[in-house]
Amino acid sequence: MSKLARILLVSLSLGLSLCAGPAFSQGEEGLRLAPAPINRLDEESLQRGARDFVNYCLTCHTAKYMRYNRLEGIGLTPAEITDNLMFATQKIGNTMTVAMTAKDAEQWFPAAPPDLSVEARVRGRDWLYNYLLGFYRDDKSASGWNNLVFPNVSMPNVLWQLSGTNKLVETEYEEHEKAAGAAIAAKGLSMVEAQPGGKYAMLTVAPDVPGTMTRAQYEAFVGDLVNYLDYMAEPVKNERIHLGIIVLLFLGVLYVFAYALKREYWKDLH
Amino acid sequence: MSKLMTWIDDRFPLTPLWELAWGKYIAPKNFNFWYYFGSLAALVLVMQIGTGIWLTMDYKPDATLAFGSVEYIMRDVQWGWLIRYMHSTGASMFFVVVYLHMFRGLIYGSYRKPRELTWIFGCLIYLALMAEAFFGYLLPWGQMSYWGAQVIVNLFSAIPVIGGDLSTWIRGDYTISDVTLNRFFAFHVAALPLVLIALVAAHLIALHETGSNNPDGVEIKKQPKDPKTGLPLDGIYSHPYYTVKDIVGVVAFLAVFSVIVFFTPDMGGYFLEANNFIPANPLKTPPEIAPVWYFTPYYAMLRAVPSFLQTQVWGVIVMGVSVLIFFVLPWLDRGAVKSIRYRGTLYKSFLAAFIVSFLILGYLGTVPVTVWGQFGDGAPFYGADRATVLSRCLTVVYFSFFLLMPWYTRRDKTKPQPDRVRWK
Repeated sequence: MSKLARILLVSLSLGLSLCAGPAFSQGEEGLRLAPAPINRLDEESLQRGARDFVNYCLTCHTAKYMRYNRLEGIGLTPAEITDNLMFATQKIGNTMTVAMTAKDAEQWFPAAPPDLSVEARVRGRDWLYNYLLGFYRDDKSASGWNNLVFPNVSMPNVLWQLSGTNKLVETEYEEHEKAAGAAIAAKGLSMVEAQPGGKYAMLTVAPDVPGTMTRAQYEAFVGDLVNYLDYMAEPVKNERIHLGIIVLLFLGVLYVFAYALKREYWKDLH
Repeated sequence: MSKLMTWIDDRFPLTPLWELAWGKYIAPKNFNFWYYFGSLAALVLVMQIGTGIWLTMDYKPDATLAFGSVEYIMRDVQWGWLIRYMHSTGASMFFVVVYLHMFRGLIYGSYRKPRELTWIFGCLIYLALMAEAFFGYLLPWGQMSYWGAQVIVNLFSAIPVIGGDLSTWIRGDYTISDVTLNRFFAFHVAALPLVLIALVAAHLIALHETGSNNPDGVEIKKQPKDPKTGLPLDGIYSHPYYTVKDIVGVVAFLAVFSVIVFFTPDMGGYFLEANNFIPANPLKTPPEIAPVWYFTPYYAMLRAVPSFLQTQVWGVIVMGVSVLIFFVLPWLDRGAVKSIRYRGTLYKSFLAAFIVSFLILGYLGTVPVTVWGQFGDGAPFYGADRATVLSRCLTVVYFSFFLLMPWYTRRDKTKPQPDRVRWK
């Protein structure tokens, strides 16, 4: 490869890595998200997440592109799926729908709850994890709840009995740098917001009234749920990555032969 | 085998066709890294057609079913996910290889006499490819599909007098709708692939008429013939030499391609945008509508041009001209030599500024104009968005590469071009 080619490729990959981030960020400006503690290979976590999804989410939300039998991909047997995760009227090849119609939902809620089949691909794992941890009491909102990650969201904190209730903690700083520093020190979900009068507020949520779970238990619960949502958004992901390694190994071997063939033919040219 | 070939050749000129197209095509022997991207573009075209045919078997061009049918392909169709990811990655990689192929043409002066028509057919391929990508992007019927199409079709409504009717005519409706989806499907899977294949054929026929350029810009057809082989001194047969060399390029390319398909098919939101996993909703405009990365340099220019005389048509004109200006490149370049190897600092500086402005514009097109904040309220910028001001400057740089070319290529201090290629 010529020097020019090398310089261009290096600068191109540098440029690409520089802008490899903003296109995916879905959050508000100034929002800091805690990384979701999930592992796509942890089948027990995925199974807990599936159970919790069916019990807590799949009453208002649908997952209309997800078939129940796709849960076999996280280590469940067909019998386990039909016995524990489905109503008697459904078949294992059905998709995850709910009794509530979209028309009713629009009447009952300010906005119809979105289908969650591919929500993890829309929002990203970290966003979902922090969203479910980001609810706090807010008497000014219609539902009595608000969310630091998704301000004025119409979904109430349906998991409040487990999580307990949080309150919003607001600390004011004179300078943006101090507020940003405090946000980093908060180690977790936080937001820096410009205030009128040139001041900056650092916002976090803090436990107020405890629920049936401890904070750590609830974080693990949400982690399992997000892990499952991520699986559901692309059930083929593990298979895809596994196959990718095989394909690359094959291409690596093929490259050696292709290169040797090229050298063999070209050595006669002068 | 040879008996069979004789039998066929007596009835159909298979061997002569093969020799004309590739087997006995005489090419310069000094092709370097940049010469892989022509054959790679052909590979991606074939791959897109192949995966596209299989996607068509399960895709439903219907506004109520399209989004779900894509998820059906991703989940329930055997290997559907792989076919779909190959197609979506292929779309972006098509532009990657075509941009690199065009860059090769720029640095080695491949567009210059006598290859003007090869270049023009290439520019037409680029236009057809943009149309093909645009029509195809509507088909998954996600939010970005829908609103991206809405924005692009609305560009036509900026044209004075006929604009409104024209955009309605393109859509077949007053907004992007099921009618639009159906006709875009027809364009994407039938009309434009035919146009593309015809243009690629014309591109290759023209190329074979003149012969290939090379990194030294030496015309091998003008060289004396080697008495032993009967070939020009620096010429070799494509087969087997470039056959085996291009196979190396193909395998390396497929490795890069596979890394994307298998490990990061959405490429951090650049190849598959996150918002396109939300079904199209005509009532809900997303806060940011960003085109896919391969259109963003032009999108940044469109956004940067201010409205003037109460019309926004100027941005549309600038965007259109910025693509069409490639066509006249052969007549703008007055340089004494073709290749960058023998050009002077003037040409090299203008080319570098052009590439840098294209890349930065491409980045700016992916982010909101507020990304770098605003200038102060006073002169000279009066609180304008920093990114917009830079986009305007870069648009000027982009155009000056072309418009000043007759001047700087003539003035440039070039080195003499050799008679033989530099090799090894």
